[in-house]
Amino acid sequence: MDSDTDVRNGGDSTGPQRAAPLLTRLRHSEAVNGWLLISPTALYALLLLAAPLVTLFTFSFFKDGYLTIIPEFTLENYQATLSDPIFAALMQRSLWVSGLVTLATVLTAFPIAYYLSFHVAPALKARWLFLITIPFWTSYLIRVFLWKVILGYNGVVNSGLKELGLIDKPLEFLLYNVNSIVLTLSHSYAPFAILPIYVALEKIDRALLEAGQDLGESRLMTFWRVTLPLAMPGVIAAVLIVFIPTIGDYVTPQLIGGGKIPMVANLIQARMLDMDNKPLGSAVAVISMAIVAVVSILFLALNRRFLRGQK
Amino acid sequence: MKIPFLRLYAMAYLLFLYAPILLLPLFAFNDATVISFPLKGFTTQWFAQMAENEALRKATLNSLLIATSSAVMATALGMFVARAATRFRFPGKGGVVGFIMLPLVLPEIIVSVSLLVVLLQLGVSLSAFTVILGHVLICTPYAAAILNTSFGALDRSLEEAAYDLGETKFSTFRLITLPLVMPGIISSLLISFTISLDEFIIAFFLAGAEPTLPTYIFSQLRFPKGIPMIMALGTVLVAMSVLLLTIAEYFRRRGVARTGIKDTGGFL
Repeated sequence: MDSDTDVRNGGDSTGPQRAAPLLTRLRHSEAVNGWLLISPTALYALLLLAAPLVTLFTFSFFKDGYLTIIPEFTLENYQATLSDPIFAALMQRSLWVSGLVTLATVLTAFPIAYYLSFHVAPALKARWLFLITIPFWTSYLIRVFLWKVILGYNGVVNSGLKELGLIDKPLEFLLYNVNSIVLTLSHSYAPFAILPIYVALEKIDRALLEAGQDLGESRLMTFWRVTLPLAMPGVIAAVLIVFIPTIGDYVTPQLIGGGKIPMVANLIQARMLDMDNKPLGSAVAVISMAIVAVVSILFLALNRRFLRGQK
Repeated sequence: MKIPFLRLYAMAYLLFLYAPILLLPLFAFNDATVISFPLKGFTTQWFAQMAENEALRKATLNSLLIATSSAVMATALGMFVARAATRFRFPGKGGVVGFIMLPLVLPEIIVSVSLLVVLLQLGVSLSAFTVILGHVLICTPYAAAILNTSFGALDRSLEEAAYDLGETKFSTFRLITLPLVMPGIISSLLISFTISLDEFIIAFFLAGAEPTLPTYIFSQLRFPKGIPMIMALGTVLVAMSVLLLTIAEYFRRRGVARTGIKDTGGFL
C-alpha cells in the first residue's frame, strides 16, 4: 500500500523503481487515467477536425488539376484570392454584416440578461431560460425562411400595413438587403448573446451593488461603475460567440438575400463545388479564418483590462 | 406607479423570438397556395400532401437514422470528456478539452469543407454515414457540456464507499455512477438528436445524393408551389423539437434535483 499512497500524493517520489510498482503507479496516476479516459474523444477530434483542417491548409498551397489536385507548392491561390475584387467585396460585406449583427444582438440581449438576473424570481429563472432557448432549437431553415415570409413583398408586414390602410403599395426595402440579413441573423443568435451575459451577471456579488449605493452613488452610476465592468467578460464572450459563426453563415444570405447578397461562406461554396477548384476554395477559407482570428484577437486585446483578474 | 420598462421590453423581445414559430401553424393550416395575409380558410390538405410525399419520406428516414446514430455516438464521446474533466487533473487538460469544444465556435462551413476535402481525397463516397461523422463532431461539445454538469455534481464519496464495500471499478460505475448521471445522459441524447435533425450545412456538403430533412426543405424552398407543404412540415418539426426539449429539460432538472446542486438553468 506504500507505493499506492505516495502516488496519490502526487507520485513524484524518487528512488529505485521496479517494473511492478511502475505499472501500479501508472495505473493510479491521475495524468495517465485522465488522458486514457479522454483519448477516444480526443482521437475522434484529431482525426475528424484537426486532420481535415490541416489538409485544408495544405491544399490551399497546391495546384488544381482537372479533377485532381497536384501536390506542388504554389502561392497562386492566395495571390488569386487576395487580388480578387469579388473576394474583397464579399469579405468586407461579411465583416460589416457580422459587426452589425453582433452589435444589434448584444445591445438588445443585455437588457434581457439583466432582467433575468436581477428582476426574475430565482425559482422562475430556469423557466425563462428555457423559454428563450426553445426558438433556437427549432428548425433553422424554416425560421430563416419565415423571416422572408414576414418581410417579403406580399409578406406579413406588408399585407398587415395594407389591411390597416397605412400603405397603398408594398414596401420593397424590407427584403433582399443587408438590413434584413442583419435582422434574421440577430434573431438566430439571440440566445448565444443572452446566456453568457446572464452567467456573468449572476456571478456579481449583490453586496457590491449595495455598497455602491450606500456610498452615495445613484443607481445609474452604480450600474455604470460596478455592474457593467463586472459583466464585461460575459459581454466579450457574447461578442465573440456571435461574431465568429455569423461571418460564416451560408443559409441567411442565400435565402434572405435572395442569392444577390452573397457573403464569404457562399463564395467558399461556389469555389469548392460550383467551380470545383478545391485549392482555391481552401485558400478562401484559410484567409477568411485568418481575418476572423485577427479581428477576434484584436478585440480581446482591446478589452483585456476587463478580463484581468478573472480566474 | 412605476412603469416596468424592463418587463415590457422582455415581453416584446420574447414576441420577437417567437414570431416566426407562431406564424408557422397559421400558414400550415391556411387554405391558400400563397403565403400571405389575409388568411383564406382552414385546411389540412398540406399535411395530407406531406404524408403522401415519397421524397420526403426518404429524407425523414435518412434524418432519423443520422440523428439517432449521431446522438448515441456524441453522448458516448461526451461522457469520456465529462468524466475525465471532472474526475482527473492532468497536464494539457484545458488544451484538449478546448480543442474538443472548438466546433462550438468554428463556423460550420469551415468544418464542412475541410471534411469534404479529406473524404473526397480518401475516396470515401458521400452518404448518410459521412453526415454522421460530421454531426458527431458538432454534437459532442454540447453533449460534453451537459454531461459535465451531471458528472461535476457527482459526490465522489459515494463511489469511494462502493469501492470500500468491495465493488469493482466497473460495477461501481454501473451501480452508482450511471444511475446518478442518467438524467444528464438522456438530456444529452435528446439535445444531440435535435441538433443533428436540424443541421443543414454539413448535410448539404457531405450527404451526396442522399437527402436529409433540412437539405430536402432547402431544395423545396425555391418552388413556391411546394411552400405550403413545407410550412406543414415545419409545424410538425417545431412541435417535435418542443416536445423533445421539454423532455430533455425535465430530465435535466430531475438530475439537478437528484444531486442537490443549485439550478442555474439552460443547456448552454
